Amino acid sequence: MSRVTRFAARDPGIAPRVAAFLDHLRAQGFHVGVAETDLALSALSHVACADPAQARLALKAVCAGCADDVARFDDLFDAFWMNEGRVRQRAMPSQTSGEMQHMRSTREDRARRADGSGIAEEPEGGDGDGETASEGTGKLVASQLRNLMKKDMREIVSPEDVRRAERVARDLGRALRDRRSRRRHAARKGAQIDFRRTIRKSLSSGAEPFKLARRNRPDRPVRITALCDVSGSMTLYAKPFLAFLSGLMRADPDSDAYLFHTRLVRITEALRDDDPLRALNRITLLADGFGGGSKIGGNLNRFARSYARKFVNGRSVVLILSDGYDSDAPDLVGAALKRLRKRGCRVIWLNPLKSWEGYAPIARGMSAALPHLDLFAPAATLDDLAALEPELVRL
Amino acid sequence: MTSVCTAERKEAGRPVGRPATPMSDWNELQNDLSREGYVAADDLAMALHIALSLGRPLLLEGAAGVGKTEIARTLAAVKATELIRLQCYEGLDAAQTIYEWNYQRQLLSIRAASEAGEARAETEARIFSDEFLLERPLLKAIRQPTAPVLLIDEIDRADEEFEAYLLEILSDFTVTVPELGTIPAITRPMVILTANGTRDLSDALRRRCIYAHVDYPDRATELAILAKRCPDIEARLAGQIVGFVQSLRKEELEKTPGVAEMLDFAAALAGLGINDLSGDPVVLQATLATLLKTQADRANVPPEVAQRLAGKAA
Repeated sequence: MSRVTRFAARDPGIAPRVAAFLDHLRAQGFHVGVAETDLALSALSHVACADPAQARLALKAVCAGCADDVARFDDLFDAFWMNEGRVRQRAMPSQTSGEMQHMRSTREDRARRADGSGIAEEPEGGDGDGETASEGTGKLVASQLRNLMKKDMREIVSPEDVRRAERVARDLGRALRDRRSRRRHAARKGAQIDFRRTIRKSLSSGAEPFKLARRNRPDRPVRITALCDVSGSMTLYAKPFLAFLSGLMRADPDSDAYLFHTRLVRITEALRDDDPLRALNRITLLADGFGGGSKIGGNLNRFARSYARKFVNGRSVVLILSDGYDSDAPDLVGAALKRLRKRGCRVIWLNPLKSWEGYAPIARGMSAALPHLDLFAPAATLDDLAALEPELVRL
Repeated sequence: MTSVCTAERKEAGRPVGRPATPMSDWNELQNDLSREGYVAADDLAMALHIALSLGRPLLLEGAAGVGKTEIARTLAAVKATELIRLQCYEGLDAAQTIYEWNYQRQLLSIRAASEAGEARAETEARIFSDEFLLERPLLKAIRQPTAPVLLIDEIDRADEEFEAYLLEILSDFTVTVPELGTIPAITRPMVILTANGTRDLSDALRRRCIYAHVDYPDRATELAILAKRCPDIEARLAGQIVGFVQSLRKEELEKTPGVAEMLDFAAALAGLGINDLSGDPVVLQATLATLLKTQADRANVPPEVAQRLAGKAA
């Protein structure tokens, strides 16, 4: 049993300590605010708070907000209250990505952002400077992380591109949306009558409902999930695609974006950063290994098993931007797409090579994927993407 | 749509007065739950205790079949109160969850009033009164004389709009009907929300709630659950069943069997009079129907695999 932390005499009461603990959690990416501090204190008043086991359970119930929080809580609790040496919680993105399935999207970025500010209560607050630097340049940490990054995203994508891509993305989104609403319309044979309004109206005509008020369903937005291949063979096309992704994220709050090369990285939150350039900066950090090999099958499979379970449903359109050159076994792509299709989504594969003359989808991964696609279309530039609009409407 | 089930069981089996050694409340709650047949892990019992004592909703998240819904039912039994259940689905709206006017009665009433020559203002006041209001679960829950357990099941299936509406009700427990004004809560229901990760819930909802993640039980807990629910099964077979199901969960399956499936499996074995799991491969394979619910999973666990798992569990 580890020793209980000794506190300085200047914060004698329980309230400041609990507040400091919540601060500690916040620094580690928990979504807790002042209201939770209050809640934590009142929760402690309902248990024997001198008993560490009870206090632990009580604080866990109040502070944790998702499965991932629950999993990390015990270590954080020990680090703060049990003084169990220096427990290093914060892992670099390259290490955590393997266990990200149950994570909420913002975790990683928030943790980093919060750490940069160097919270005093955090035991290892001293090594925050490397992280702080990451906000500024990106390149410095990238080299510290010994990553294989060859290009800075900021050189690849300019703010103008993002703005233009935003327009394209908005148009595409609208195209998908319209299609959706038409289908609903055809399926709805007897539109509902709005009884509430009908009855109110009928009052003036002596309970004779002459005018029937009707109810219509509003159009449901489609959720676009984009997966972009940034492996070596795709380097040439990375520019328009990344611009498109970041435009998409800004144009449509429901959309979702991922990068993959040898690993799969969720970049939705990073791309939503208020400042488009900083967003790209953050991608730079997330995308170490950019321009490396590609494992399409493995990544799609991981996506189908993890993120897709949470974010992809019958209203989703999964957009895969890749050339289909895969170093994984080809049947893996087929199996992954099949699994993905089971969630009821539509799958669109945009291949930059398809616009080449004489192109045939003979890359093994690509041909395995074909039977599972709703649309297989060429796209190499932003203009190509914009030209997709009528195709999507027809889909 | 919604179903309401009453738990009329009284606190028959509960000891009178407090135990001699002062026990903390949450242990007492845990014991009460266990007496009603629900074995709750420590963190779940604590979360429930805190949610009840602070009057906050409890959000339970976890895979299907780990007993999220069951805890609400058990809580209603422990507290000897009513369980009001709202099953969420896509497209759920206020008319189905909060209140609706009884249109048929309204129409009849207007017709009768116009024949009797009643003034329009009077008719209007009458047909938009409490008498013509149909309570739906959320309104019903706040108008009970004794605080009920309100179970909002599978909240992640409902859409974001409903989630937003729910937030409003969960924070001040009042419902506003334009024609009637604001209806305040008579009692505050004990609210339990369950989710199994179909959709990411909003942070606002998570923050409003006390959170507990319900996982598949460990071996000891699952044995305790089995002993509670099927007391007739002898210890050796119980050990085998739990061991088998636990190792089955580690296999690559589309639908991992939950606690409910384990209990079905045990009941099936008991019903067939089996007392050794590895005894008869044919029966074992047949009873797997209670655990494996998709074609692919059945194919993934051929007799040899089932035998291997059963042999390991024995």
